[in-house]
Amino acid sequence: MSKQPFSALSLIWRAASRHRSWQPQWRKAEPKKAYDAIIVGGGGHGLGAAYYLAKEHGLTNIAVLEKGWIGGGNTGRNTTIIRSNYLFSESAALYDHSLKLWENLSQVLNYNVMFSPRGVMMLAHTVHDVQVSKRHIHANRCNGVDNDWLEPEEAKAFCPPLNIDSNIRYPVLGAALQRRGGTARHDAVAWGYARAADAMGVDIIENCEVTGFRRDTAGAVLGVETSQGYIDSRKIGVCAAGHTSVVLQMAGVSLPLESFPLQALVSEPIKPIFPCVVMSNTIHAYISQSDKGELVIGAGTDAYTSYTQRGALHINTHTLDAICELFPHFRRLRMLRNWGGIVDVTPDRSPIIAKTPVPGLYVNCGWGTGGFKATPGSAHVFAWTMARDEPHPINAPFNIERFRDGYLIDEAAAAAVAH
Amino acid sequence: MLIIDCPYCGRRPEIEFTHGGEAHLVRPPQPAELSDQDWAAFLYMRSNTKGIYAERWRHARGCGQFFNALRDTTTDHFLSTYKSGTPRPVVNTTPSEEGHS
Repeated sequence: MSKQPFSALSLIWRAASRHRSWQPQWRKAEPKKAYDAIIVGGGGHGLGAAYYLAKEHGLTNIAVLEKGWIGGGNTGRNTTIIRSNYLFSESAALYDHSLKLWENLSQVLNYNVMFSPRGVMMLAHTVHDVQVSKRHIHANRCNGVDNDWLEPEEAKAFCPPLNIDSNIRYPVLGAALQRRGGTARHDAVAWGYARAADAMGVDIIENCEVTGFRRDTAGAVLGVETSQGYIDSRKIGVCAAGHTSVVLQMAGVSLPLESFPLQALVSEPIKPIFPCVVMSNTIHAYISQSDKGELVIGAGTDAYTSYTQRGALHINTHTLDAICELFPHFRRLRMLRNWGGIVDVTPDRSPIIAKTPVPGLYVNCGWGTGGFKATPGSAHVFAWTMARDEPHPINAPFNIERFRDGYLIDEAAAAAVAH
Repeated sequence: MLIIDCPYCGRRPEIEFTHGGEAHLVRPPQPAELSDQDWAAFLYMRSNTKGIYAERWRHARGCGQFFNALRDTTTDHFLSTYKSGTPRPVVNTTPSEEGHS
């Protein structure tokens, strides 16, 4: 644990000394010549993987290489929704593993990630939606994942701003509520993992872009070329989100990924008005309120592949149309900021957490539009996969071969949208 | 919003179009003879290029035609649009202001 553990006493003591004795929460590391393992990508998934490699597998001579600054990619750009109510058993196991880690993460890391299980309510607007939602609820319960059906009046009681008038364009016919779902503070997840990993000796190296791989005659990885020089390592894990294709092409590995811009936006901050997370797959909008008071709103990806980290305004306009119809109170709110992130999408909208055909090279990618919720679970099973050179039982189905063998985990079809 | 130069109708806003994925993917003439690996590659593998990318668009809320485009995925500038069935044009790699979003 860090030299400066956080507690109420430490806060009081440092307040008394006018907060002058705080130290940086992690070192600014320079790359060493060689590491036992390297993680490419300093987002939540990469930093988390480094943390679990050090904590649970005893690998402390490791580095996280980040092209920009840690948590500056999709970790800092998402809408922070956490849930595990996925249809298929493989997905439910993975996302619920993650949710269980979220529940104790602040205590385990000694860093407040502000996990708030305020409930995630997914609306049903058509007869088909109602049937699909109920099927999801039954499937979730079989997998030990909580999910309840709410009639429109119950949904309104749980989320008072919701408009359940039957005369709107997409009337609310009911909702599926996962009470254990909620939100967390996105930056704190990256910082918390970085601080805890650093305390165990992990080097976190920012402004260090991977530019190539060195491999031996058998094809196995020997190390990475970077913007800060060559670094030797026989075990390399790639957690590069939207840029996974770009990184892995340097090692001659092709993956079934396409990178799309995904946008989000926030309103001006207002007093607490919105007690939960509401999502609608049919009209494709989701909304929650941050602890700062901003309404955090997101929707689907733009139509075309891109690496620009921006998107078109008509996507946001479409989302806001839906939000204003469902929550008429919010029509007069001004929007403060919007931004985009680049998400790597697989054909079945399920991730890939696996060994690659290149010995010593591992990949954790394909999280598409829903990777934040999976951060702890993904990092945990990816660290296992890297340390033992074999997948954890939870991520075994999320291999690359499933596309060849036809064992898709088709959450794309299950949710009818990217999720 | 992108402004897209349909080869049949001229410059129109992006909302008139649907994106058709990567261009110049040829369906294997004898799918039954392919290995599973090759069939998966045809179905799922995409170049996902960071840079100049050949893609299909359909002018769905216009003439209805499919056509191809070259776009720089680092800037979203279009370098060229051309009719389906014609070869990928050779363009100089400096993005033009034509079709600037």
